[in-house]
Amino acid sequence: MTAVLNQPKKIATRDAFGDEIVELGLRNQNIYVIDVDIGKSCKTTAFAKRLPDQHINVGIAEQNGAGIAAGLATTGKIPFVCTYAVFGSLRMAEQIRQSICYPYLNVKIACSHGGLTPGNDGGSHQAVEDMGVMRTIPNMTVIMGADYFAARKLTALAAETYGPVYLRFTRDPVPVIYDESAEFEIGKAKKLREGKDLAIIANGDTVHLALKAADELQKQGVSVKLFDMHTLKPLDREAVLECLDTGRIITVEDHNILNGLGSAVCEVVAEEGRGIVRRIGIQDRFGESAPYEKLLEINGITVENIVNTARQLLERR
Amino acid sequence: MTRARNAGTTFKPSALSHPKRTEGHSFLLSGVREGAGTVPEKRGKTTSRRLSPATDPEVTRIMKLTVEELKQKAIELRQTALTMIYEAQSGHPGGSLSSADVIAALYFREMNIDPKNPKWEDRDRFVLSKGHVCPILYAALALRGFVPYEAIHTLRQYGSPFQGHPDMKKCPGIDISTGSLGQGLSCAVGMAIAGKRDGKSYRVFAMLGDGECQEGQIWEAAQAANKYRLDNLIVFVDDNNLQIDGTCDEVMPNLDLAQKFEAFGFETWRIDGHNLEEIVRTLDEVKSRKNGKPKCIVYKAVKGKGVSFMENVADWHGKAPNEEEYRRAMEEIAGGLKP
Repeated sequence: MTAVLNQPKKIATRDAFGDEIVELGLRNQNIYVIDVDIGKSCKTTAFAKRLPDQHINVGIAEQNGAGIAAGLATTGKIPFVCTYAVFGSLRMAEQIRQSICYPYLNVKIACSHGGLTPGNDGGSHQAVEDMGVMRTIPNMTVIMGADYFAARKLTALAAETYGPVYLRFTRDPVPVIYDESAEFEIGKAKKLREGKDLAIIANGDTVHLALKAADELQKQGVSVKLFDMHTLKPLDREAVLECLDTGRIITVEDHNILNGLGSAVCEVVAEEGRGIVRRIGIQDRFGESAPYEKLLEINGITVENIVNTARQLLERR
Repeated sequence: MTRARNAGTTFKPSALSHPKRTEGHSFLLSGVREGAGTVPEKRGKTTSRRLSPATDPEVTRIMKLTVEELKQKAIELRQTALTMIYEAQSGHPGGSLSSADVIAALYFREMNIDPKNPKWEDRDRFVLSKGHVCPILYAALALRGFVPYEAIHTLRQYGSPFQGHPDMKKCPGIDISTGSLGQGLSCAVGMAIAGKRDGKSYRVFAMLGDGECQEGQIWEAAQAANKYRLDNLIVFVDDNNLQIDGTCDEVMPNLDLAQKFEAFGFETWRIDGHNLEEIVRTLDEVKSRKNGKPKCIVYKAVKGKGVSFMENVADWHGKAPNEEEYRRAMEEIAGGLKP
């Protein structure tokens, strides 16, 4: 339970990917980056410069990028296809299904601009449904780290782990909550707070909001358990069951409440037949141009709403 | 649906008995091993309709068959593919027959492959982007010894290496799973880039349908082949002018595909896809062209080639023959292609 919020530092997790992929590429010449003309915003320019023999830029042709990655993977390469989440999950969806996941190839889809983080770009560029699309494809692993250090560690783990992985990063800076020594395991949620009255399960850029909410509730005398569910698939079922022991779960995500973390948790809870879940996330609507924080607020993805939802759940008897 | 063999049998190579030999039939050419092309006497018996290997599977890396031998091989490929489709009562005969001669040249003369080590890293690769014509590829893999020949009786059955569309996880010798049109060429480009970057001498062969070239991703892949100077990539386009809903000209005119590929930076050839002399000559020429340009061979082909009543009939794209049609088809194929 290392997470703290006293560091005011904010870094976009796409920068974490950009830093880590260079390290990985220098260590392993089979690591490839496939850009689709947005290397600058996916933070792969350093990789392209230092490791040109491991870099490919296919231009504005995402589907081809995914297919080339599949072909490279059959020869033992570990390609990371780098684009925005909205294109990586949808424009490339069928190529990911047919050419990557069906033959179970070792390709990673690394996407910046996850969720509402590309605020001013507007709804066309805000991926509200990407993780839901990806988690429904067999053989796919779906991951979003909460901060800079989590994103770096999880990128490294994705490279080490055989199989297709969808990695989602933020465009906008998010607070650093872990330190460099934090350890992660794919498919194993990270417990950030221990408690018995209520549980919060969050992922990605909402984990820091959940942390604040948990600490606020703690001040109010509510004992809150908190998990960072960085791996949406395979979901850490054990962690959800542990949360269920409190009887009340709030999920928080920068993603449509349909088919994302909230849905995944509900599936487990419904199968258990006990407990209650409240889902905080994007309210099945597209985004629009606005500051990222404003968009979170419109959808109720705020510390205040998490605290209020918790209070409502606690009043239910 | 009628199945010629017991449907749903799980394929277990070790458990399969060797096919029983039956008397040769008059329509078989000499040189085709007896039993090849055996027509079932009655539905329901399993012994009489099995094919046996037309030749013992070769295990050498490159088979250097002569043109005359390749013509014979093409007959075996066509008969094997058609038998698979007939027995499964499901599959795509039209395109399988149209690509048989090119497949014969690739698998029995051109490609450097090792049936004993299908994942050999220096092997030539083959990407069947038009994955639905896989019976002809399965026939080649079976005849070349990648898969026990008996597996031809399991096409599209549960547990078979011969899935409805090529599955690299289930079938040795398949370099990438395909079936969704338009995607294979990108994968071939990825393999070819890896070959270049790793300093390997292997080549990547891809086979596309002309209808498939209506997919935009083909042209995304083509532009990348040009950018990365992939002269180790050889693309075949099966130009048969037929697709499911009619002729390509009716459904979506392809214009001149060779010209299109040329505009994308390819070195192109137009050949007769049923003339093995020409196919072999072209492949020899292609081999000498190490000039940074990806290669594209557009071969004129006749869908259903070798079976008169299937030729140029769109309806035979994805339909299995009945017993009478199968018998006639096997006889016609055995006679070889008419000039």
